This record gives sequence, C-alpha cells and structure tokens, in this order.
Amino acid sequence: MTDWLLSAAQGTFGQVWGPVVYQTVLNLVLIVAIIVPLMLGVAYLTLWERKLIGWMQIRIGPNRVGPGGLLQPVADGLKLFLKEIILPAKANKGLYVLAPVMALMPALAAWAVIPFAPDVVLADVNAGLLYLLALTSLGVYGVIIAGWASNSKYAFLGAMRSAAQMVSYELAMGFALVVVLMVSGSLNLSDIVEGQGKGRFAAMGWTLLSWNWLPLLPMLVVYFISGVAETNRAPFDVVEGESEIVAGHMIEYSGMSFALFFLAEYMNMWLIAALTVLMFFGGWQAPVAVAPFTWLPPIGWLLIKMFFVVSLFLWIRATFPRYRYDQIMRLGWKIFIPVTLVWIVVVGVWMQTPWSIW
Amino acid sequence: MLVEYYPILLFIVVGLLVGAAPMVLSWIGSLILGTHRPDDAKLSPYECGFEAFDEARMKFDVRYYLVAILFILFDLEIAFLFPWAVALKEIGFAGFLAMMVFLAILVVGFIYEWRKGALDWE
Repeated sequence: MTDWLLSAAQGTFGQVWGPVVYQTVLNLVLIVAIIVPLMLGVAYLTLWERKLIGWMQIRIGPNRVGPGGLLQPVADGLKLFLKEIILPAKANKGLYVLAPVMALMPALAAWAVIPFAPDVVLADVNAGLLYLLALTSLGVYGVIIAGWASNSKYAFLGAMRSAAQMVSYELAMGFALVVVLMVSGSLNLSDIVEGQGKGRFAAMGWTLLSWNWLPLLPMLVVYFISGVAETNRAPFDVVEGESEIVAGHMIEYSGMSFALFFLAEYMNMWLIAALTVLMFFGGWQAPVAVAPFTWLPPIGWLLIKMFFVVSLFLWIRATFPRYRYDQIMRLGWKIFIPVTLVWIVVVGVWMQTPWSIW
Repeated sequence: MLVEYYPILLFIVVGLLVGAAPMVLSWIGSLILGTHRPDDAKLSPYECGFEAFDEARMKFDVRYYLVAILFILFDLEIAFLFPWAVALKEIGFAGFLAMMVFLAILVVGFIYEWRKGALDWE
C-alpha cells in the first residue's frame, strides 16, 4: 500500500520530488490523526472538568445541551466562534493577533514526539525530551506577548506574573527531568518508557513496581506540581486570578482569540498528563503482566493513565484555594529547586554504588 | 538523521495554521454576519468601567527582572546537566565526580542569592 503510493508519487512528481511529496502527505495525514482526537479530548475535558467539579460540590454540572450535557462543548465552541473579535484601539495589533497563535503552537507541536504505543510515534527523534523542554519554554511567549500587546494594566500585570511564575517552575521541571534522564540514559521517550519495564519486579510480573514513580517519588511530586503551575491552573492561577486581575493577559481578548488561549491551556494539561505518565508511570505498559491486564492494547493503558492524571488536575482545582504570589515563588525557588538538586545527588550516588537498580 | 525532524517541522507549521485559521475564519464570519461593530468604549482598555487613568506601560517591580536573570543562569545549568545525565552510565565515577564539583559551585551561588534575599517576595 505505502510502496504503491510512493511509486505513484515518483511517477507523478519525478524521482527527486516524488519522495518529498509522499513524505509530506503521509506526515500531514498522521498529524491530522493526532490533532483531531486531541481537539476532541480538549473539548470534552472542559465538559469533564465542569461535571467533575460539579459532582465534587454536590451539583449536577451542565446537563441541558444534548443528552447529559454531552453537546455542551460544541455549543461553547460555536458561541465563541460567532463572537466578535475585538482589536483594542491602543493595542499593538500585530503582536496582539500573534499572541494566541504563539500560545497554541507549542502546545500542539509538542505532540510530535509523544509515543502512544510501541513504535507509534510521529517523529521518533533521539532528542525528544530536549525538544519538549524547548517547546514548553516557548509557551510563555504567548502569555507575555498577549499581556504586552493588549496595552491594558491588568493584562500587563498578568503577563509579568506569568513570566516569573512559568520560568520559576520551568527550572524545577527541568531538574526533575534531569533525574529521569540519569536513570534512563536516553532522551527518547520510547526508550524512557521501555527502560521502566525492566528490573527485578518487572521480571516477577509486577511491572507497576519497576516504574520510575517509586524510586523517583519526590521527582514525580515536583514534576506534577510544577506542571500544574506551568499550565497556570488552580491553585497557581494568580496569572488569571479572576477576582483580582480579571483574567490577566486574556482580559482584552474575545471570541476565537480568547478560545485559542483556552485551547492551549487544556492542551497543555493533556501534554503534562502524557509526560507524567510516560516518564513516571510506565507509559503504555500494563501495571501487572498477567492475563486480564494484558488484554487491553497499549494505547488503552496510556489513555487510561492520562485520564487519571488529568482528573487529578481537576481534583486539585476543586480542593485547594489559590496560593498567594509570594507563596508560589517560595515554593518554586526555595523548596522545589533544593529538593531536586538533593535528589540529583542522591540518585547519582545511588547509581555509583553496587546497589544501583538501573 | 535530519530527515527524522521533518515531521516536527511540518507539525509546527500545522500548529501555526491551526492557530491562525479559526481567527481568520471567525473574523471573516463576523464581517459577513455583521457582528463586527466596534465603538470607542468597546475598544478602550478595560479598567473596571472607568476611563483609563494613565499609560499601561508602567514601571514594574525589579524582582520580575531579577527572576528572569536567575532563570537564565539555572536554565543554562540544566542545559549542561542534560547531556551529562544521558551519558552518566558510560562516563562512570570520574564523570559523576566532575559534575558534582560543578553542582557544588552552583549551589554556593544559589545559597548566596538566597542569603542576599533575591528569592524573597515580601
């Protein structure tokens, strides 16, 4: 099938351009196959968030649009699409329009290196994690550009806060990644997942206990909480802080331009969930290697785990009140960074001893 | 080798398009449907219903700048740690020791910042 397509492309576009066209079309199809389920996941995450938080607060949540509220995301999307896009008179127009796109692009493009099952990955590059670190750093530009270009005080304050907060937690996240790299010895996410399926417990069938979450437990906590702070979710949502700086950097945005920020935020939540699962919870591996657990295909396990991690985000939002800004900065700089630095040394020493399990 | 990165390049382009397309479509749609009706009050920066008091490009706390500078330092450190962490199993004890010396020097700097109050927000 694919051979036939390749030769057809060569026949039409010549020996030189044929393979290029073939590669482009093939990859575009694969990219669409990633983006469409991702968009659906984002849309229904918004509904799941409202439902779950509703249940936690003994409410029903949205239930009017469609059976059980299932068409609510469609209604929301349509409404946002039909709203007017406002270009404030004092805004820097070009940057103002660029900002939502800059927020969304890294959240989307990061999925290029995420493996969904063994060998099911768009770009199996050997520097996958480095690429992810670079792209998640780019995410902060969308927020800063939005805050600056809006030329509004609230937006400016929001951008300042987000810049400082996101870069601070980026550090804790980076150090946590270093520890994962030390034990797996590879930047390729598929290798990191495979590496977690080896060891004494995995040989006994208890794959669950061989995953990184157990020996790297402090790093898991640091990584996940930093992920919550990176995506500006509650309780670290002072960037938006609707009760004090009324949505921060997004204040001047409306309709579709606002929806893009919203999409980017939820897409980042899925991304953090995917990365947490891939690096700490064995990715697509079944927790126990015995019959009923191995029936589910690998991607099924990955999605179930991602769903649990994403639900954890919502649970945290429903549980904790918002942090004060100085508390956020203290947590990032004075607790997480020292903890990760110590754990780098601990794991480093552990790996030099005869008791190294890696 | 670089061919592996072609899907990533494509994905970035598609990502930009996926961001730009809804805005353009929505803009065109609002022109057709007539929902694009700007007026002076709507286009003014939001300030709780008041006229804007002064410029939004105001002075801001120097701490934000300080955090950005410290971030660059530490992010560079992470950039150094990445290749070391990947190669740790091959470079053995000597490699481990070398990075510990590097980390120790950086921790001295970190403690200095901390004691100087660069990390305080009070």
